[in-house]
Amino acid sequence: MKTIGHILEKEFIQIRRNRVMLPMMIVMPIVQLLILVHAATFEMKHIRMHILDLDKSGISRQIINKFKGSPFYEIINFTASDADAENDLLNNNADVILKIPSDFEKKLALENKAKVQIIINAINATTAGLINAYTSSILADYNKNLIAEWTNAPALLKSISIRTTYSFWYNPELNYSNFMVPGILVLLVTMIGVIMSSMNIVREKEIGTIEQINVTPIKKYQFIIGKLLPFWIIALFELGFGLFLGKILFNIPIVGNLGLLFAFASVYLLAILGIGLFISSVNNTQQQAMFISWFFMVIFILMSGLFTPVESMPQWAQYINIINPVAYFIEVTRMILLKGSGLADIKKHFVSIAVYAVIIINLAVFKYRKTN
Amino acid sequence: MKSIQVNNIGKSYHQIPALKDISFGVEKGELFGLIGPDGAGKTTLLRILTTLLIADKGTATIEGSDVVKDYKTIRRIVGYMPGRFSLYQDLSVEENLKFFAAIFGATIEENYHLIKNIYSQIEPFKTRKAGKLSGGMKQKLALSCVMIHKPAVLFLDEPTTGVDAVSRTEFWEMLRDLKNSGITILVSTPYMDEARLCDRVALMQNGKIMNIDKPQRIIENFSRRLCAIKTKNMYRLLKDLQGFQKTNTVYPFGEFLHYTAKENDIDMKEIIKYLEQKDHEGIEMREITANIEDCFMELMNKN
Repeated sequence: MKTIGHILEKEFIQIRRNRVMLPMMIVMPIVQLLILVHAATFEMKHIRMHILDLDKSGISRQIINKFKGSPFYEIINFTASDADAENDLLNNNADVILKIPSDFEKKLALENKAKVQIIINAINATTAGLINAYTSSILADYNKNLIAEWTNAPALLKSISIRTTYSFWYNPELNYSNFMVPGILVLLVTMIGVIMSSMNIVREKEIGTIEQINVTPIKKYQFIIGKLLPFWIIALFELGFGLFLGKILFNIPIVGNLGLLFAFASVYLLAILGIGLFISSVNNTQQQAMFISWFFMVIFILMSGLFTPVESMPQWAQYINIINPVAYFIEVTRMILLKGSGLADIKKHFVSIAVYAVIIINLAVFKYRKTN
Repeated sequence: MKSIQVNNIGKSYHQIPALKDISFGVEKGELFGLIGPDGAGKTTLLRILTTLLIADKGTATIEGSDVVKDYKTIRRIVGYMPGRFSLYQDLSVEENLKFFAAIFGATIEENYHLIKNIYSQIEPFKTRKAGKLSGGMKQKLALSCVMIHKPAVLFLDEPTTGVDAVSRTEFWEMLRDLKNSGITILVSTPYMDEARLCDRVALMQNGKIMNIDKPQRIIENFSRRLCAIKTKNMYRLLKDLQGFQKTNTVYPFGEFLHYTAKENDIDMKEIIKYLEQKDHEGIEMREITANIEDCFMELMNKN
């Protein structure tokens, strides 16, 4: 125990002296929360629409007014020329073209059906999908009203249409920051756990001090604990600091028990530090360790459901997430903070991450050998 | 019981032998030198003896403990100073010393007498970070750090490489002091001139020990007559002597060439005459006694 104490003392002196690490630990959560939460939003506003109205009828004007009235759309041009419209799309002046063909109203009156065309710039598939959904729903809404107006049996029609009402539980206003902040916190804790810990151990190899340390009575486990424990403490501190910032900056809901969140985080960190240890045991320089850590981090984070829902990933990707500790923690963090889940609700996650931690730590310790 | 006993140690890296069948013993309180050029296997041998590396064959004991089986015991009683400066550069002089004392369960106070002569020289800078010390001061700190737990055996891997001449001399004086306090010291060095400062030396080349003896005895056993020759054009002199039919060896040593003849019978007049024929000017030639490096070269030629 005493030996571990001496190593810890040395580690904290070194961390305190590191000119980058300490300021970064304060600045990183603030910047990440402020930038990512505000910038990485999926809400679409200011969709630039070019309207190509070849019909110029009452109906077409009504449709156009629907878009004009929407806060999501900005009508940037209003022409009757295909070429102009295409140019706008080509020069990236418009995101979407709404084309109402000539004889639109006439066709509708005679044949009871007519077509409009939506042309979307799909360079960014996500944006294109959203624009399509928004535009289609506005058109569908108008269509429904039109049917009700034109048919002689509005009462009948109303009776057969199924009305969906919805209420969003656990995040009633679909507040984006409520969804993002817990995710960012996970990111923060994970980065400290994997990158900092692996680089810290590899550093001893790189500067050669490990040679000196190895010819001392320090035991393998003492060295490992002494090297990892500081980051376990720092990461938990960062989680607390991040939650505090989330509360005062974004007023995120904290419905569940914070003690439970920290309990889960402490076990989660064991798994994460185990990964860091494993990376450090197969690398010899900080550069290598950084590169490998980053490789795993990017995969873990993109797969974790931080930005895109896990449920919409293909089946094989969801299987990969079984070994993705980040996915567990993101889910648990959101469950506890937003939903107020208790121990019974996250029991499965808890057991999984504990098993994960045990396996990865054993693997890493096995790999990390004091002598060659 | 010998302080260090090495029996038939061999080690290869990917089929390339680094050590071939090394055996020797070091007495308690002896200052023993491993002398040899880079790549001779000195570091590999030191790493095996300090339990950092496991030999492919052979055995070795330190103070009676086996380097493989009793590695834990050995790690308590030895001090190892790697060739590369390996203290924490971002910790101060005092913090480094304190850390290395603490992990051995010792304190600076109880063993201060051991390092007093060395540490007192760097003590005025004890709050300075180790990384900011000069090369000589770094060596002193490193030596203090490996001494602070009162080791019985000290292993030093090329401690004077990259250190200036004055610090080198100082460092060897410190080693003599430590040796006089009864500590066994095994030191490796590529500098031949440092051999005479050891009690005994092992001359190493290509993973083998060519000779083990007292430095004085090695010099005495040098079997040939040796001459130092100098002229105005040293490069041409080397070429001409290499082309001389009676030449055995000729090597450049500082401003002279060291010359031995095949029949071990140097006729100085004949050589001077030969050189004059070759238009050499300012010819200087005298007979000298061999130094360790001459012996090393001779041994290398024999093998």
